[in-house]
Amino acid sequence: MTAPSEPPQASSTDGKPGIIEQAKDWIDYRMPIFTFMEHELNEYPTPKNLNYWWNFGSLAGIVLVILIVTGIVLAMNYTPHVDHAFDSVERIMRDVNYGWLIRYVHMNGASMFFLVVYIHIFRGLYFGSFKPPRELLWWLGIVILLLMMMTAFMGYVLPWGQMSFWGATVITNLFSAIPWIGDAIVTWLWGGFAVDNPTLQRFYSLHYLLPFVIVGVIFLHLWALHVHGSNNPLGIDRESAKDSIPFHPYYTIKDLFGLGVFLIFFMGIVFFAPNALGEPENYLPANPLQTPAEIVPEWYLLPYYAILRSVPDIAIPFTGIVLMKAKLAGVIAMFGSILILFALPWLDFSPVRSARFRPITKQLFWVFVVVCIVLGKVGANPPNLAVFSGIEGFKYIHLGQIATTYYFAYFLVLMPLLAKFEPTRPLPQSISEPVLRDRDESGE
Amino acid sequence: MTTINPACRALTLALGALVLGIAFAAATSASEAPKPKAQDWSFQGLFGTFDRAAQQRGFQVYKEVCSGCHSLNQVAYRNLAALGYNEDQIKAIAATVEMQGGPNDEGEMFIRKGKPFDKFKNPFPNENAARAANNGAYPPDLSVITKAKPHGSDYLYALLTNYKEKPPESYWVDNDGKPIPPAKRKWPEGMFYNAAFTGGAIAMVPPLAAEAVAYQDGTKATVAQMAKDVTTFLAWAAEPELEERKSMGRKVILFLLALTALMYALKRKIWADLH
Repeated sequence: MTAPSEPPQASSTDGKPGIIEQAKDWIDYRMPIFTFMEHELNEYPTPKNLNYWWNFGSLAGIVLVILIVTGIVLAMNYTPHVDHAFDSVERIMRDVNYGWLIRYVHMNGASMFFLVVYIHIFRGLYFGSFKPPRELLWWLGIVILLLMMMTAFMGYVLPWGQMSFWGATVITNLFSAIPWIGDAIVTWLWGGFAVDNPTLQRFYSLHYLLPFVIVGVIFLHLWALHVHGSNNPLGIDRESAKDSIPFHPYYTIKDLFGLGVFLIFFMGIVFFAPNALGEPENYLPANPLQTPAEIVPEWYLLPYYAILRSVPDIAIPFTGIVLMKAKLAGVIAMFGSILILFALPWLDFSPVRSARFRPITKQLFWVFVVVCIVLGKVGANPPNLAVFSGIEGFKYIHLGQIATTYYFAYFLVLMPLLAKFEPTRPLPQSISEPVLRDRDESGE
Repeated sequence: MTTINPACRALTLALGALVLGIAFAAATSASEAPKPKAQDWSFQGLFGTFDRAAQQRGFQVYKEVCSGCHSLNQVAYRNLAALGYNEDQIKAIAATVEMQGGPNDEGEMFIRKGKPFDKFKNPFPNENAARAANNGAYPPDLSVITKAKPHGSDYLYALLTNYKEKPPESYWVDNDGKPIPPAKRKWPEGMFYNAAFTGGAIAMVPPLAAEAVAYQDGTKATVAQMAKDVTTFLAWAAEPELEERKSMGRKVILFLLALTALMYALKRKIWADLH
């Protein structure tokens, strides 16, 4: 890179830098890309106390690369036409060399992407990574999540199975809840008067485009990250040089070890249970004349689906006057459940970042995690099914309403109250200081 | 802090336990379609492979029974090599069906014998013909049927072995769970009762009767035996890559375990100088 301290191997006799070193210097003088890489990937100072919850950001990036590479190969063999899409996917599974492997990696890779990103987001929530000065970093992350959801939804439509078709119908129909112009918007989205070939073709085009938009936003996400650097489990700023270590080799090897563990899990699913996370019904070709018994999205969208279905008509009590139909209210709640994350830096304005020093926040956080899992369970079941086989009166719709209430109350009520009134534990002086005291804490 | 903390902790713990309890109960009680009884399959587990003899017998059942109504659109005759048939046998199997060929040099379409590269011949020219011949029902394509149902192989086996003369008394209840008197019971015309089928009334004629096929290897063709064999065949049709997938998967996981162990050792070594 800069000023080689020992002679490179290529020309060790005359003591001059080698040809590769010279080429690097030539390029770097004109465009300092090697200096940039050295600065951001090698010597980049990182808090020395990051735990394994900090592995999931780089994992998400690696899964995205895997998705893009497998997706490009799939696109070479896929036919975006309602008459051929299903058969072309089966041809990939049967006749394309290792097509089954490429498709199963891509299909399950989408699930893995959401899994690691959800853990990444929960980590940010727990350790207060959204607080100043990282609000922009947090917002860019939410933008990535929204783009991921759009991309995954459109990708799921491509095999043109029963759930592809009916999922597309249900989700696009949500826009009809918009007053006055809703139906026109749905027709515009479909490119016709039903989900049909034009819909499939535009979804295919956008499914190819959006991942590259995600890459662009990830670049911004990393840019914002590298300005102030990573947050850390203590949530306190780094004071001295002693608090930091260079990213390479410490976190490159830690990330690689984490990647190994993750790949064992990922490949275990790909090779031994490749369809476990998917809906069997999607192996039936799309049939616009036959609605499946239950239309359910993939697991990673189930909590939002539960929120959508939990909201009733908004009415003035005892008058019967409906202010807002359940459908519109549900759609607003569903989108609101993600958009509310944008307001987090102001809803939780406590100066203490890490939940380690916030005893009540810590426990309500874990309740929130469980509530999100419960919402997923609710989304997977019919609203009128009894939750417990013995108690007929308590149905999934009721469980969903309780969970949805907690979901929003957590952000809108509990967070501001805790930020103002919660007694916090004293923060350590520096990252280097509390190593000993930290050891006798259990949990995270 | 020290005074308020235990109370808050107890409250939040109780709340957490409540929610967890609900989540757990919800996870265990969701009563969806009855789960089919699990069977012992040659192709299950980490080391599963298809039982070749069962596959061949199952192919015979498909050919002589199912293929009268059900297509197998995604499978070609050449794929039968995976069942252990040689090239000549496959050519002979393909030649038993007639396919439309052409156009020839004069522009005429003609009828030719099936070739190994042909996909399995569809029993009906189109969906309408299939429905007309089947009391309005459309016999689904069987290419990926074991993947298209939850617990697909177990479900298929249960479906083929659970035809009953008539539904049990417990079947005749209305939506509120009250028994329907015999005078008011109406069985849909042309339908059959199958205990494994959602709703109980299925349009498919009971396909398997004892000795419906004469197995060449001398296996006794009971209904259970034929159901098991044809399910094995159709599980292969749905996942022809299964054996290669599992074998590659075992190597990949072993490699990753070794690589991850190395990474862990390296991580320990590199981080050692920090502590």
